[in-house]
Amino acid sequence: MTRAWRILSANPLTLAGVVLVALVVLVALLADLLAPFPTHRGAVVDFVNFNKPPDATFWMGTDLVGRDLFSRILFAYRISLMLGVVVLAIAVPVGVVLGLMAGYLGGWWEFALMRLTDVFLSVPPLVLAMSIMGVLEPTLTNGMLAVTAMWWPWYTRLVYNIVRGEKVEGYVLAAEVIGAGSAHIMFREILPNCLPAIVTKMTLDFGFVILIVSSLSFLGLGVQPPTPDLGSMVAEGARYLPDSWWLAVFPGLAILIAVFGFNLIGDGLRDILGADR
Amino acid sequence: MSVLDINALTLSFRLWSGLVQVLHGISLHIAKGERVALVGESGSGKSVTARIVLGLLQDMPGARIGGAVRFNGRDLAAMTARDRAALRGRDISMIFQDPTSSLNPVYPIASQFREVLARARPGISAAEARSVATELLTEVAIEAPARVLDSYPFQLSGGMNQRVMIAMALANRPALLLADEPGTALDVTVQAQTLELMRALVRGHGTSVLFISHNLGVVREFADRVYVIYRGRIVESGPTAAVFNAPGHAYTRALLAAQPRLTGGGLPRIAERDPAFMDPAVLHAATVDGAVP
Repeated sequence: MTRAWRILSANPLTLAGVVLVALVVLVALLADLLAPFPTHRGAVVDFVNFNKPPDATFWMGTDLVGRDLFSRILFAYRISLMLGVVVLAIAVPVGVVLGLMAGYLGGWWEFALMRLTDVFLSVPPLVLAMSIMGVLEPTLTNGMLAVTAMWWPWYTRLVYNIVRGEKVEGYVLAAEVIGAGSAHIMFREILPNCLPAIVTKMTLDFGFVILIVSSLSFLGLGVQPPTPDLGSMVAEGARYLPDSWWLAVFPGLAILIAVFGFNLIGDGLRDILGADR
Repeated sequence: MSVLDINALTLSFRLWSGLVQVLHGISLHIAKGERVALVGESGSGKSVTARIVLGLLQDMPGARIGGAVRFNGRDLAAMTARDRAALRGRDISMIFQDPTSSLNPVYPIASQFREVLARARPGISAAEARSVATELLTEVAIEAPARVLDSYPFQLSGGMNQRVMIAMALANRPALLLADEPGTALDVTVQAQTLELMRALVRGHGTSVLFISHNLGVVREFADRVYVIYRGRIVESGPTAAVFNAPGHAYTRALLAAQPRLTGGGLPRIAERDPAFMDPAVLHAATVDGAVP
């Protein structure tokens, strides 16, 4: 704990990232308590207060049906964070295991797995997600599936390349020489040496997942109304720029804060974990 | 009976361009407790020979292996991959060139030691492994075994890691130890110390050693018997003194002439290939154990 603190205090930018992310997570968890109008997360209509600029009651203004933008942003964070966790929780293990197998076992495994990865990587990510969403119904679950499907190949590539480098290291040969099995060498010997890169990429990706889900929602393929989502809020609000600027600017800033926070942590981790070795 | 008996071993790799022959019929044997050196230049086939003995090349799809390798009388080619894997780490172990990179940087020495010990005694407890490891580290003249056990490889010096490697390699009392240019990555004084240590230990344990090196000075100090290998062929073999004092083969003479001397004077130019290097092997008769090589 003290060591972690020492490292963080020596890296003010990383500390800033941690603070931003902690803030976002806290706000998302406590949305019910913090939001001035908790009911505005759903289909509520208030035509007295619609499309109002920010004031003392509605800190970030209201949208076109009179819902408090600030409350909706807090709840939208909840969905974005959950998406990030779910997508990475599926994509990372799948990608990492396939990368380890392709890199260590070689031969046909390498050929089959890496060409499959190439196929996925060759389609622009958003197009891939859009086509999956086009085939399936545009629900939140399918949205997660689509983003997961486009995410794992990056981890396979990353881990594959590290494994190719680590495989020729002495400790792998030494493990082979004492008779260790492939599974032991892949997961116990090589994987721990890949972890710094994986963890760093995960923190960076967390921000990107939020972005890509926002993009999908922006296109009308992600989170469906009335569920609040940062991406669809920006999409909706962009039509009324510059007069009703708050509709697009505040959700946009919210995305920026979350993504920026995760990226700061990611950059910091890369330095910290890299310097350790 | 020999611990290791290699008879007319051939190895070729199947490449896109066809078969490439790497070993052209190598024969060597090592008696119990004997220290045998395999000497040759880079690419002569020293390391692949060690890999075959370890059973690491047998399962490689592109490798064709001929001839026989017998370990304690058992033919390696006739064994299943599983049985060969069972030999590794228990009956045959190995020491590498660069000790620091041979230890996994993410685990402390203690847990790596435990894994080695668990090869012979599955389910050994952490505490038990620790006490055995402490004993073994004391054997290799490490003064603070507890501190070393709690360290990560990158926190120790190269010489320290080398001793840890030796202790690990001998931990399960293997019948055969393969030493592939041990300590080449270390400086000369540390290398000399660890070799001295290794010699004392293998003598005490009665371990047979196949010592692979291009360093003639080290070989002269360490080995009972020497095989000189050139382009996948044994060109000369015999007791160390005989080979060094009366080299019979043109290649051995060239190799000996290529040793840098403290007094300077430069090195002779040695041809990459020379018809004389392909002469039939010179076998010096008397060996330490009295057997015919």
